[in-house]
Amino acid sequence: MGTANTTAKDPVGGKTKVLITRILLLVFFIILFLLVMLPFYAITLASFKPGADIIKFGLNLDFDLSSMSLKNFVYLFTGKHSYWMWFKNSLILLLVQVVLVLLVSAFVAYGFAAYEFRFKNFLFVCVLLIMMVPFEILLMPMYVLVNDLGMYNSFSAIIIPGMANASTIFFFRQYLTSIPKALPDAGRVDGCTEYGIFFRIILPIMKPSFAAMAILNGMNSWNNLLWPFMVLGDGKKFTLPIGLKTLLTPYGNNYDLLIVGSFFAIFPIFVLFLCFQSYFIEGMTAGAVKG
Amino acid sequence: MLKRFLYSKKVAPYVFVLPFVLTFLIFWLYPLGSSFTMSFQERMMGQQPKWIGFDNYQKLLTDKVFLKAVSNSVIYMIGTLVLLIPFPMLFAVLIDNKFMWGQNFFKSAFFLPSLTSVVVAGTIFRLMFGEMETSLFNQVIGLFGAGPLKPLKSAGWSMAALLIIACWRWTGVNMLYFLSGLKGIDTEYYEAASIDGANSWQKFLYITMPLLKPTTIYVLTISIYAGLAMFTESLMMFNGNNSPKNIGLTIVGYLYRQGIEKSKLGYAATVGIVLLVVAMVINIAQLIMNGTFKKED
Repeated sequence: MGTANTTAKDPVGGKTKVLITRILLLVFFIILFLLVMLPFYAITLASFKPGADIIKFGLNLDFDLSSMSLKNFVYLFTGKHSYWMWFKNSLILLLVQVVLVLLVSAFVAYGFAAYEFRFKNFLFVCVLLIMMVPFEILLMPMYVLVNDLGMYNSFSAIIIPGMANASTIFFFRQYLTSIPKALPDAGRVDGCTEYGIFFRIILPIMKPSFAAMAILNGMNSWNNLLWPFMVLGDGKKFTLPIGLKTLLTPYGNNYDLLIVGSFFAIFPIFVLFLCFQSYFIEGMTAGAVKG
Repeated sequence: MLKRFLYSKKVAPYVFVLPFVLTFLIFWLYPLGSSFTMSFQERMMGQQPKWIGFDNYQKLLTDKVFLKAVSNSVIYMIGTLVLLIPFPMLFAVLIDNKFMWGQNFFKSAFFLPSLTSVVVAGTIFRLMFGEMETSLFNQVIGLFGAGPLKPLKSAGWSMAALLIIACWRWTGVNMLYFLSGLKGIDTEYYEAASIDGANSWQKFLYITMPLLKPTTIYVLTISIYAGLAMFTESLMMFNGNNSPKNIGLTIVGYLYRQGIEKSKLGYAATVGIVLLVVAMVINIAQLIMNGTFKKED
């Protein structure tokens, strides 16, 4: 919302005013920027400090080169600990979840977007209903159900309930409604089956919308704590968030690993973010598309 | 024959939506239904359930710890509404200003915290709010001649700490919501207002705010749910579900304590139902007050 202050009557005064506005805005946002970056700076700094210091002094911005070293990083990469196992578990879970959620949700979304059928509107209301009700409410019955189905302590307890993901279906359906109906019809003329049309014609042109949803679902998978924590009992299956959480007790050299490990859990995401910024922003704010 | 059936144009739509229908029935409707039944049962993990009528509800509504959890969650939710709607909106308006330098840089920078998990954010803030004299928190209040304090043992400070995490992680995202809302506002409105001699503040009040209403309602709705369902932030901040005098206990935290830690599944399910009802009532009231259900005029 710009006010046209640079009027012809007072060019010099207008210019100074603009400059002052620019500088005030900039100063304000730089202060805000520093506040936002502060926790990142603190954790980066702490990753060079011995864990014992963190336990003793807490997290602060003291910059003391004499106590700082690369020891934590060396320990992270060469020490005996479970960090990379957690990392690997999280990575596998992320890959499987993203691929399955995208495929299954796109499949469902195409059904909603391309056809007219009985109960269609009713079923779509169900999609919205799932998006509206927080998952936490269902924690107890879901926990019982997963136990009854014999999925406790298995990744399937995390993967299967989330495959047809409501928000992803919603987003894809929105995207697919813009695809002209002539396209599937052309496929039918060429002798494609209904499913062939989806896999050969629709799926390839959906690619642009995949990036945003891959990021949204990937982020959710990578950062998910509560549900995996409840259903994965075996330490060998722990994901990175669960593993890091177990380190939060100040015993042994846990804090050496906790800090540098936390740093390393966000580092790859930041690198990805720098490369695919617009997709990240599109994915993470997808909810408001047609809010 | 079966193949012909499955491949017909009449049946195909149902095949397409089948994965959703199954997910909906098995992992949503059934659990929701069993949540209701469980709330009328005394049920321990692996034991035969016993019907007890409304006992769970009766017990819950007089359960002091539960009421404490509800008040914590509601205070937290109100706090996030007060902090995470007006400020991101203001920042969005300021950053959208044509005199602003480095818009994209700031947008991306403010977005970064939302990429960190609750575990990492919780760890960082827990240690920044440490009770040692040298923790960042005590250093900062030391500048004002106060302290040292034990912030995570005080109800006020730990609520503040939880709200600070929320602000840190979500200000940038909400700002982006408002920015995309601002993009949809026709600049002609502002030009017309300028001709009528409106100042920037009046334009914000009479043009920007009303036209951002759909975005605001969206952010409000998700914030109410997220605020009431908050748990993991508190779990990380207090390194477990047991905070001193339950200052960090939330509704979902109580559900978790009863269901997982004490395996009282029936009682925990009741907590879930109450949460559902509270969240629905608040949100429906909010949507009615905002006129969402009215016909477009």
